[in-house]
Amino acid sequence: MRTDMLHKTINELMEMMPWIEDYFSSFSIDPEKLGDSKLEELGTILGENYFEENGGSYNTFIDGFFLFIEQVRALQQDSGFTVNSLKVLPGKNKNGEKETFSVELKKGEVTAIVGPTGSGKSRLLADIESLAQEDTPTGRRILIDGRSPGDEERFSTEGRFIAQLSQNMNFVMDLSVEDFLTLHAESRMVDEVSHIVRKIYDTANILAGEPFSMETPVTELSGGQSRALMIADTALLSPASVVLIDEIENAGVDKVKSLELLVSNNKIVLISTHDPLLALSADQRIVIKNGGISKLLKTTDDEKTHLESLEKIDRKITLMRDQLRTGEEIDLSDLVM
Amino acid sequence: MRLVTVAGPPSSGKTSVIVKTIEELRNKGFKVGVVKFDCLSAQDEEVYSAYSIQVRTGLSGGLCPDHFFVSNIEEALSWAKEKQFDFLITESAGLCNRCSPHIKDILAICVIDNLSGVNTPKKIGPMLKLADIVVITKGDIVSQAEREVFAYRVRQVNPGGMIVHINGVTGQGSFYLAKIVEQCSSVETLQGETLRFTMPGALCSYCLGERKIGDDRQIGVSKLVNFRGED
Repeated sequence: MRTDMLHKTINELMEMMPWIEDYFSSFSIDPEKLGDSKLEELGTILGENYFEENGGSYNTFIDGFFLFIEQVRALQQDSGFTVNSLKVLPGKNKNGEKETFSVELKKGEVTAIVGPTGSGKSRLLADIESLAQEDTPTGRRILIDGRSPGDEERFSTEGRFIAQLSQNMNFVMDLSVEDFLTLHAESRMVDEVSHIVRKIYDTANILAGEPFSMETPVTELSGGQSRALMIADTALLSPASVVLIDEIENAGVDKVKSLELLVSNNKIVLISTHDPLLALSADQRIVIKNGGISKLLKTTDDEKTHLESLEKIDRKITLMRDQLRTGEEIDLSDLVM
Repeated sequence: MRLVTVAGPPSSGKTSVIVKTIEELRNKGFKVGVVKFDCLSAQDEEVYSAYSIQVRTGLSGGLCPDHFFVSNIEEALSWAKEKQFDFLITESAGLCNRCSPHIKDILAICVIDNLSGVNTPKKIGPMLKLADIVVITKGDIVSQAEREVFAYRVRQVNPGGMIVHINGVTGQGSFYLAKIVEQCSSVETLQGETLRFTMPGALCSYCLGERKIGDDRQIGVSKLVNFRGED
């Protein structure tokens, strides 16, 4: 492949792989100006000084060219690396006492993590993120689809395997919703960019209480709208197969629908929460105590039957919050339960 | 001595990343020292000391910080050997964005943060381009989408490097870095080793303390731009 590519002109390469422009641009090479030149001729045409000015040499430029192609091909193929289940094998709590059972997290299921602040919820999330192999303070081991991942696999995931969402996250790019989503879709090498952009936008608008337009700068979205856009984007465009959520309770998004969206896109969802509605929407909940997993509770049928009334209460509270915000009088007439 | 060079723009989180990584290494029983190279002043010594990490600082003052780095790296290594460290980590700020302290066959890390903007990877030269590992920080405060776009932009300029995401506040991810750092090979001396990239030529009258502006004052290596162009 290497020799073939070297013989091709820049125009031919651009035809085959339009995204290669992204790599050329890192050496300030304009493909239009050099369209008829062959890749192998660039060294002589531009000269070694040119490459040095751009922080490399002709050789590093060529090596990088092929590495970049490999990276992009990997991006195109992987929808992350798809994981069906994760298993957390017992480690130890802060007193050195062994955890007594393992926990399985399955694709399309939500697991809530509950426990007081400082109890070790983040440590568990960190173990999962690093695919711990008895080499973290807790001594836990994480299995992917029933087996231990090799070092190579652990390090090569480069964070693509886990997506994170938390209350502290904000958009920082100075772009409209449409441009922002387009940029993300392009960097993910998806085929139908405008289609997926539309889909994420529509979904986010369903999740957000208040609608927003494609032209709104992402930095001007309200808290709820931002959260909704982040959730829709993660569900529909992120390659990660595991989503870690840290507290989204008061974000002004439809919480239950958000979780449904994530699991319907085959994600393994973990949510650290104290919100009864979220915790009971989960399939199971892990109770953390003193740094260790102390209990695993399956959401009972009884709990599930009460979900509906919980949702009603939640909606009522949201409504009251909105009434407060907009300066209306609060309607308490239907508060009797 | 296992040597690691860490470089990155100011405030990208180099010190936090190094501290968290050292904590991981110390848990495994390793002894680690730090040499901080900076220009005018450095407050990081206090930070390192707060974590009981042995540290030495070198301030370049009126000299080009990267030239200063090269002149002093062997001495840093000698200090580390005398202290019988297992690892020496050097920290330097890539101030002109062009230079990199990276040395061939010595593990090279560049720290860069998600808040610096998607065009930043392209602006940072060899320091990022030629690093073995690119640590991306501050991922906890931007969206997942921005993290992914940013990582792609890093790929664009350094397709061969390995990307590690680290949260400098909680240390999440530093475990990874420690694992990779642990695998790097040992070096006895840097005599005869080669820099990954040439340093900028610094041989003009201004290098020697000239302050007056003017054609007749400009002696030595210089480069002129035609801003008015041809149009």
